[in-house]
Amino acid sequence: MKRRGFFKTSLGAGIAAGAALSLGRYNRVWASNGTGAKYDLVAVMGGDPDEMFDLGIQELGGMGNFVSKGQRVLIKPNIGWDVTPDLAANTNPLLVKRIIEHCLKAGAREVYIFDHTIDNWINTYRNSGIEKAAKMAGAKVAPANSEKYYHEITIPTAVKLKNAKVHELLLETDVFINVPVLKDHSSTRITCAMKNAMGIVWNRGYWHANNLHQCIADYALFKKKPALNVIDCYNVIAKHGPQGVSKEDVVQMKSQILTTDWVAGDAAAARMLGIAPEKIDYILIAHKMGIGNIKLESLNIKRIKM
Amino acid sequence: MTSAFLRRLRIVFSAVVLVCFIYIFAEFRTLIQPEYIKYLLYLQFIPSIIKFIDIKSLAAGGFLIVLLLTLVTGRTYCSFLCPLGIGQDVFSRIGGTIRKKFRRFGYKRPHTVVRYSVLVLVIAGTFIWGMYFINLLDPYSIFGRSILFFIKPVILVLNNFLAGILGRFDNYALHHLEIKGYNLMAYAIPAGFFILTGLLSLTKGRLYCNMICPVGTFLGLVSRLSLFRIKADENKCTRCGRCSVVCKSSCIDFLNHEIDVSRCVNCFDCIYSCPDKALSYGFIGNTREEKKSDESRRRFIAGSIMLFLGLSGSGRAQERGIPVPRRESTVKEEKNCPVSPPGAGSISDFNNRCTACGLCISVCPNDVLQPAIMQYGLAGYMQPVMDYHKGFCQYNCTLCTEICPTFALKPLLPEAKKLTQIGKVIFIKDNCIVKTEKTACGACSEACPTKAVFMIPYEGSLVIPETNQEICIGCGHCEFSCPTVPYKAIYVNGNPVHQASKKPDIGKPGVSVPDDFPF
Repeated sequence: MKRRGFFKTSLGAGIAAGAALSLGRYNRVWASNGTGAKYDLVAVMGGDPDEMFDLGIQELGGMGNFVSKGQRVLIKPNIGWDVTPDLAANTNPLLVKRIIEHCLKAGAREVYIFDHTIDNWINTYRNSGIEKAAKMAGAKVAPANSEKYYHEITIPTAVKLKNAKVHELLLETDVFINVPVLKDHSSTRITCAMKNAMGIVWNRGYWHANNLHQCIADYALFKKKPALNVIDCYNVIAKHGPQGVSKEDVVQMKSQILTTDWVAGDAAAARMLGIAPEKIDYILIAHKMGIGNIKLESLNIKRIKM
Repeated sequence: MTSAFLRRLRIVFSAVVLVCFIYIFAEFRTLIQPEYIKYLLYLQFIPSIIKFIDIKSLAAGGFLIVLLLTLVTGRTYCSFLCPLGIGQDVFSRIGGTIRKKFRRFGYKRPHTVVRYSVLVLVIAGTFIWGMYFINLLDPYSIFGRSILFFIKPVILVLNNFLAGILGRFDNYALHHLEIKGYNLMAYAIPAGFFILTGLLSLTKGRLYCNMICPVGTFLGLVSRLSLFRIKADENKCTRCGRCSVVCKSSCIDFLNHEIDVSRCVNCFDCIYSCPDKALSYGFIGNTREEKKSDESRRRFIAGSIMLFLGLSGSGRAQERGIPVPRRESTVKEEKNCPVSPPGAGSISDFNNRCTACGLCISVCPNDVLQPAIMQYGLAGYMQPVMDYHKGFCQYNCTLCTEICPTFALKPLLPEAKKLTQIGKVIFIKDNCIVKTEKTACGACSEACPTKAVFMIPYEGSLVIPETNQEICIGCGHCEFSCPTVPYKAIYVNGNPVHQASKKPDIGKPGVSVPDDFPF
């Protein structure tokens, strides 16, 4: 079987399995990918984070394409580091706020926010500005500081990460929206959509000790996939990532990438930092495992400049 | 001032003080502002003295206020301000409720030899051997450790129970908190004193305060000069003995109308209990009679003071020669020096000022401060030490330096703290995942706030850590994050004397703002 053939087959199987496993809840999302949205990926440049999202989600047919009335939504930003928003180590709070507003407008019953922070979680939630922004928009900001909140899952098709403990809200909610921030990374070179999942699991150390790139790709096989990835490229840490040392490390790119395919999202994000996606192991591995598409040329991309 | 008002005042006041103290020692991390904690700690006797010796300023003059208070009113401190004393009153109350009919305190003779011996031992021992006896016997610190080690876990269990119930209703107002114990060896002394003070107060009232507590004994001496005291009116007294029965200090000899002022802690229970209103609290006047026994006590005290002065001289001579404590080689990494908390200045200064109250351990948001076992040597037992297997020091956090009541940890502004090197990073390449497993990791570099740990090209597309000790501040985030077991591939060795680190490398990244989408 040729690689493309394998890719198509596994994607098809993945969709079928995903739809079946989520008991039909995702039917609309998958349907929207086929009919509702015209694009695989929407990239916006030149505006504020919230304005760019307004335009981007419109091109994908509106939030109603992803969230139905009465559904419970999980929005997972990157809230890893106890730093202020201008240092760009966490997702932009303005963007998080606007996504929540769109979800509630689309009829979401409840919107949740959490991240398994690296620094002390109370301080990180507060100083990142995300807790305040999310509460103002009407979301519930949930703790993720204790193993109590995590439940064992299995990823049978994984190579290294066959078991993990994930936050209960990922399992309980109907829709998962991934909202990473693009950053330079000292080890994996970039951190973005797929690597953002390290804040969903309890034991990150396992990933580091057991082939980090493979584990990142492995996790992306888990059945509960993001319905939408909104990649924040407004302020981007281009040096000393993923934490940054000073404001000097931040490049203001004023961009945003929206896609249902987190491999394609990571590939586009890598290009933003001037890195060929194939050079980043976990993106290539994920592509080869059929999780998504690294080949941006073959995608239908909408580019908007404000 | 004969009314029961004084007793009621004492109960309300001390209840507020006790709740505040329990709150600061058991608080849920960062809910409380450090400046409020300072007010509460200002009047704590021993911490205030240690801080005063250090900074020689009235900003640490709380103990002078306590001395003045004692000279005027007697041992009011023990019932109104000492958290250990108030805590024992609670136990005493519980004990009284359990054995209502059977408990009678009654008059007892003072444990003169024991209490003055302990006082002399603490003062002399501190000058000769360092903080060991203060750490052991400072009432504020005993209280702090009791809360930290034994009460806080109970509060956390309650919190988690409530958080679990709320969680079922999709409410996150309370959140689950991990109950993390300390090294079992650290529990020995706190447990001993918790049981000792608990049992003594349950059955014998304030016996601990009048037999062992060095602050109680010292303030007892001062209170012999106090202007206001509890007096008995011999004309009104019917010698019913009720006052003596309720006296937690067992210091009322009702037959002779004598009240041992050195043991009286001004709880005012006796005044409240007297049916004939024969007891009152007021100005003593000039009619005080000298008792015979005072003569021998005075000689003992004078002798003690001479002994103390003499010993203090020799103690100082020895102090200079004390070597920096070395950590014993029981730990996995080859650390030859423990890491002391930021603001400590140097390990020897720190060991000589810390009373091991545990407040910094309790407020540390990252659990990196742990009670030391033998890392600092015997004198540093229970003092906080940085344990990078339990946590790491948050780059922008200065909480422990802000709340230390003795100035063992001196206040640091965040900017100064970010340039204070408490230890240096050491990388063991042979332990590193990148070398042993030939896979990417970089957890250490990712965590490093100054990029003193950075990645350089290794085999193929792999990158491997490299260190720059000059900009390392010793926060230990690299050691904490390193996933290798049982030995870490990267660790921090303490600086015996804290140093200034160089500023991290700051320069523009090579990436520019894209004009158009690069895809």
